[in-house]
Amino acid sequence: MAELHNPAIEVHHDDHAHAHDHHGHDDHGHHELNFIEKYIFSQDHKVIGKQFLILGMAWAIVGGLFSIFFRLQLAWPDESFPILEWFLGGWAEGGKLSADFYYALVTMHGTILVFFVLTAGLSGTFSNFLIPLQIGARDMASPAMNMGSFWFFVLSSIVMFVSLVIQTGPAAGGWTAYPPLSALPQASQGSGLGMDLWLISIALFIISVALGGLNYVTTIINMRTKGMDFFRMPLTIWAFFFTAIIGLLSFPVLFGAAILLEFDRLLGTSFFLSDIYVAGEALHHSGGSPILFQHLFWFLGHPEVYIIILPAMGIVSEVMAVHSRKPIFGYKAMVFSILGITILSFIVWAHHMFVTGLNPFVASIFVLFTLLIAVPSAIKVFNWITTLWRGSIRLNPAMLFAIGFVSLFISGGLTGIYLGNATLDIQLHDTYFVVAHFHIVMGLAAFYGMFAGIYHWFPKMFGRYLNSTLGYIHFYVTLVGSYAIFWPMHYIGMSGVPRRYFDFTVFNQFNQYADLNKFITVAAIVVFFVNLLFVINFFYSIFKGRKVTVQNPWGATTLEWTAPINPGHGNWEGDIPAVYRWPYDYSINGRDFIPQTEKLGPNESEDHDIGSDTPKPTEKVPGENLH
Amino acid sequence: MESLTYNKTILPDNVQQFRVHPQKFALWLGLSVLSMAFAGLTSAYLVRQAAPNWQEFTMPEAFTWSAILMVFSSISIQVAVWAFKKERIAVYNISLVVTILLAVAFLVSQYMGYQGLQDRGVYLNGNPSGSFVYVISYLHIAHVLGGIVPMLVALVRSLFTFGNPEKLAKFKSNGNRRVGIELLATYWHFVDILWIYLLLFFMFS
Repeated sequence: MAELHNPAIEVHHDDHAHAHDHHGHDDHGHHELNFIEKYIFSQDHKVIGKQFLILGMAWAIVGGLFSIFFRLQLAWPDESFPILEWFLGGWAEGGKLSADFYYALVTMHGTILVFFVLTAGLSGTFSNFLIPLQIGARDMASPAMNMGSFWFFVLSSIVMFVSLVIQTGPAAGGWTAYPPLSALPQASQGSGLGMDLWLISIALFIISVALGGLNYVTTIINMRTKGMDFFRMPLTIWAFFFTAIIGLLSFPVLFGAAILLEFDRLLGTSFFLSDIYVAGEALHHSGGSPILFQHLFWFLGHPEVYIIILPAMGIVSEVMAVHSRKPIFGYKAMVFSILGITILSFIVWAHHMFVTGLNPFVASIFVLFTLLIAVPSAIKVFNWITTLWRGSIRLNPAMLFAIGFVSLFISGGLTGIYLGNATLDIQLHDTYFVVAHFHIVMGLAAFYGMFAGIYHWFPKMFGRYLNSTLGYIHFYVTLVGSYAIFWPMHYIGMSGVPRRYFDFTVFNQFNQYADLNKFITVAAIVVFFVNLLFVINFFYSIFKGRKVTVQNPWGATTLEWTAPINPGHGNWEGDIPAVYRWPYDYSINGRDFIPQTEKLGPNESEDHDIGSDTPKPTEKVPGENLH
Repeated sequence: MESLTYNKTILPDNVQQFRVHPQKFALWLGLSVLSMAFAGLTSAYLVRQAAPNWQEFTMPEAFTWSAILMVFSSISIQVAVWAFKKERIAVYNISLVVTILLAVAFLVSQYMGYQGLQDRGVYLNGNPSGSFVYVISYLHIAHVLGGIVPMLVALVRSLFTFGNPEKLAKFKSNGNRRVGIELLATYWHFVDILWIYLLLFFMFS
């Protein structure tokens, strides 16, 4: 473990011990940070959070662009697109995508979006940015380790990017990297060097997640400010806490699987390979089991979807409470449902494997646990909707994306009930129904949570606002586009169109969906460009956006809004504020909101178990508390 | 004493909960992460074992010797922790050297274990039952090496303070260094217990 304290912050503390009258970071005795220390190799959790966000956004553009490329192929398999050749060169000769590279694009789209965008870009960004600010800490438990977490992500990104430009192309066996395809370099072009680089990149990524997660959990347990009991933490923090725990317990198993796979590839072991022929040649491998890899992979893979969705859930809970000016409905129910999801996430992995010849009795147990997830999920949905109920809703872009999240989570979650049933899954598993399901419920929903978070905390991140008009355009076009892309896909899937196919023109029975595929592709292109508009808004607003002039622009109760508008490293200029109440005192005692830092009034109790905005009898106090 | 210096450097000014030392907490958390990796690998072993075409063999005796060596090295590093707290710098140095030697002896015994496996006709690229033993023990060795390096660093640091009373006084009262050696000992016990677990697992599963 690297040293757990940061000299810059230490100096700050000493300052307070000696001279209470002068605050402000610039006056300190330590040397001025130069550009590289401040923005590149920074140990400030806020800068690291922004770094995760911006690198995540870069990857999102790459991953999104890849999906447009293969959607073009699916919609117009006979057309040629010179732009493809311009981007992909030999992989799309004459503007027609090669079948090999189609699979490489799909694989990279999945890998990039799941790991780099929705894990690093979402949980990396907001856990880093919000944990110290919302629990009242100057930084993470180990700022150095935190910086390490980001730079391992950079290394991982570089290795993955290199795999995109090598001659044999990137990994092409799907983001799940199932053997035997992924274990045999001679099996396909993408199984060669590209696959090795994929495994190295993922191993580096796992180290990044582990360093980050260790920090998040240690910080939340140990560094809370005075008065910040567990049940006074905002739901964002609860979500990041359980996300980090899931990551810490599931990623090491993937690490083990990646090592066994690499041994199979390089040193001739047979963990995942049984007797097999490639191109007429019998290989010496014997005795392994490709299904074993699937067990190891999905033991990570399923918790991974909760690593993606839990931070989004936490962000949405917070954003909704703030912008409906109401306490979150059922705070403790929200916490315990996150805990329930966390536990269940580890015992449902085989529902990804119903078609592998899984013992039907074993399958039935996994069906049971899978369907049980509907209970905490439904509690959360219910609580979000009841939080909105009779609220004074501000329909700004952050709130719109939060509401959009709930909409997508419901419609994507419902199809999960179908897929969670082993018998139904056998029909649906290899169709577009699955693609539609998981894109809506974890892909889009997590993106909406991320957008809600960005619109909400952008003022805290950069001291400026995002442009709202562009935000509204971004939201409405994305919402309509999201459903336009994925709703028809359910239909295509139910009628049996298989996923992972390069070209359907040779299958007569699927030709009737050609127009629907064109429709989906057009919608996807529109959504891609409207999200580029968001990226432009993002970078324009960092430099030219309307400036934040008040410390607490949303009227929120949580601690990050008690810090200066542009907080320095160390977050608060005087002492760290102490906390006296939970974070959801909105529209209470005749007041719009009461910050967490305000002491309880004489007639107030801290009992919010009802979670309703109706004041309890003890809180109905006469005038003296209303001013 | 140490807790005081520690408070000033690491604690934010208003923190309330601080029951566990954050570095120790992070280490325990890290060890649970490593445990998950090995739990995953040994579960994979069990899943594969349940399928046909599984070669049975007995574990070479050298692996048992390596477990015994690990237990002794655990004891000697604990002596080092005790010696640091009691400011017995010579005992501290000697027990660090003993621990490092025992760790090297462990590596040798592992090598002999691999020889024993080959005598039994068990090869890395043979039946998965053997491959699992090789790969999992390689990973364990990686963790042993990850312990030897900081031990060497600790030893060099303390040797440098010999014969320099000023440095020695500082060294003895250094709270961070005490935490460091405690963290190292905890990690080393983990590596020790991990090998005993793996050995028993391979012998009796």
